[in-house]
Amino acid sequence: MTTLAEYADARELLGNLTQRELRGKYKRSALGWAWSLINPLALAGMFTFVFGVVFVSKLAATGNSSLHGIAAFPLYLLTGLLPWNFVSNGINGSIGALVGNANLVKKVYFPREILIGANVLSWTVSLLIELAVLGAVLLAVGNIWLKFLPLIVLMIAALTVFVTGVGLLLAILNVYFRDVQHFVGIFLQLWFYATPIIYPISLLTPHDKALIGPIHLLTLYKLNPMTDFVEVFHQMLFQLVWPNWFELSYAIGSAFAIFALGLFVFNKLEPRLAEEL
Amino acid sequence: MTALLGAVTVHADDGDDVAVRVEGVSKKFRLYQERNQSLKAAMMRGGRATYDEFWALKDVSFEIPRGGTFGLIGQNGSGKSTLLKCMAKILRPDEGAIAVKGKISALLELGAGFHQELSGRDNVYLNGSILGLSRKQIDRTFDEIVDFAGLDQFIDTPVKNYSSGMYVRLGFSVAINVNPDVLLVDEVLAVGDEAFQRKCDEKFADMRDAGKTIVVVSHSLPTVRTMCDEAAWLEHGVVKEIGSPATLIEKYVENTHTERVSTEGGGSRWGAGTGRIERVELLDAEGRPTLRVRAGAPMTFRFHYATDEPLPRPVLGFGLHRIDGAHATGVNSREACLPEHLDGRGHFDFAVEKLLLLPGSYDVTVSLMDHANLHTWDYRTKALRFDVAPGRPREAEGIFAIDGTWSYE
Repeated sequence: MTTLAEYADARELLGNLTQRELRGKYKRSALGWAWSLINPLALAGMFTFVFGVVFVSKLAATGNSSLHGIAAFPLYLLTGLLPWNFVSNGINGSIGALVGNANLVKKVYFPREILIGANVLSWTVSLLIELAVLGAVLLAVGNIWLKFLPLIVLMIAALTVFVTGVGLLLAILNVYFRDVQHFVGIFLQLWFYATPIIYPISLLTPHDKALIGPIHLLTLYKLNPMTDFVEVFHQMLFQLVWPNWFELSYAIGSAFAIFALGLFVFNKLEPRLAEEL
Repeated sequence: MTALLGAVTVHADDGDDVAVRVEGVSKKFRLYQERNQSLKAAMMRGGRATYDEFWALKDVSFEIPRGGTFGLIGQNGSGKSTLLKCMAKILRPDEGAIAVKGKISALLELGAGFHQELSGRDNVYLNGSILGLSRKQIDRTFDEIVDFAGLDQFIDTPVKNYSSGMYVRLGFSVAINVNPDVLLVDEVLAVGDEAFQRKCDEKFADMRDAGKTIVVVSHSLPTVRTMCDEAAWLEHGVVKEIGSPATLIEKYVENTHTERVSTEGGGSRWGAGTGRIERVELLDAEGRPTLRVRAGAPMTFRFHYATDEPLPRPVLGFGLHRIDGAHATGVNSREACLPEHLDGRGHFDFAVEKLLLLPGSYDVTVSLMDHANLHTWDYRTKALRFDVAPGRPREAEGIFAIDGTWSYE
């Protein structure tokens, strides 16, 4: 069990390892940090074409926003896609964080949670940059979201806690069962489509029916914390409405619950980490 | 300051004199029958893994006094490194406890955690913080670290462009400048070239003088013998004996070196035996063999060797001990860098212009090792005993004559 004092002392290391991740990420690539923006832009372009043009997906309610039409589709998409990319990258990175740093773990002692934390934080920094650019574009086209800024920051923090929790859980399990990394690859795909990113949640409403007894499809769908996270981001950045407080609380609550679970399992399995790697 | 990484203060509640207390430590490893880390395998076993338990350490207890240099010796698989990793908190003992007083730093692998793409400078900061230093502390010692590693010109080059020597030198330099209270060292003493080796030795000596505690795991018995003031001999995870390195190593060698060639003249001998120092001779000024030389006289040590196969980059070393055990001196041929290969028979000569030993009886210990100190082909203690008769310089106390001249104004 890592003590609180150790965590406090390790803050600086967390910062340094995060920097290491960030600086290593785009080293030796000519475009460098631009890649952090090119990736989501390319995805948005692709999805806009496939779902906006080919399948003519109906846009979600635009709320107080004046945006409409096909031009609005990529913006809607990106408000959900950027948080999702962060989750996906953060989880994938965490899974490799222990196994990939085996050399370090076997040779030096430090609270091992830091490796996961540094990985997730490095992706948080990417997310912040990406959201800042998206936010600027939204402002430029007249979507004034500024009054939601404190809540948006809160949601980014909560999402970071959420990803750290999932990361801790999967990273340590992956040390014992290397299946985890393969399983997660598939699971993330599934999860992506089970989250209202490329389609609005309203598309599901006509299909809502009781599945098992009184449990409805939408109820199950909304159990997915990512649905709530993405919905809240949509509401504040795109629709310019106050977030649904239940969804917001559920997202934050589940973030801390999964974080507690991740930390618990991590600490449970950590003592034999160095010898299992 | 209590630090993080490998640096944790445990407040032992007893007297000041114990730096490391190992109490009843046992560590077991799981040896999986089939190393199948898959979920399917776990399901098939019904959640229970099938493995054999292997006790790498069993009820190990000892104390290391503050300021002591403690050696751990034992054959491969005896548990030395496991014990060291338990001290470093990398492995968690299954039973017992280890209390370490003060900041601890482990030299288990040099440059662990270096990021290939980052510059030496960035890596110093990164590695330093992994080892438990704050940014301010690294700022203060940065120049010292770079200077010690001898990398001034290359500090802004990515470390992937470093030679392996530069890499470990930088790693060592950061680790040693963490300035721990307790330093754990595992077989890394043989890094860098001769000049760097000497700097390391000096650094270790400085740390000892500063009252730091050092724990060394080494296969190099000469290293343990010269560095440590106490040693523990581990066998199959159990402490066989704890005592002074000189006597412990003698016993250890007697007991465990199966490839030992023979024991003669009260000394002991071990080594692979493919290359041997057959005979040590002392030649006087006229080149005649002798066993008695005069202090201040010229003389030559001659070492006759024979090899069964060509030995790459051999280093011949010898030491002189007064018969009461005091280590008078030790030299080796590493700097002179004699032959690239040693083959057949012949002899090494070490000519002394003026023997500065004081009168007394001395034993010659001789070794034939490879350049990296990893293979011992032959190691003989007390290979020859000789006497130094009074001569000039005459009056002095101690082991050697300083050979100066007085004057006054």
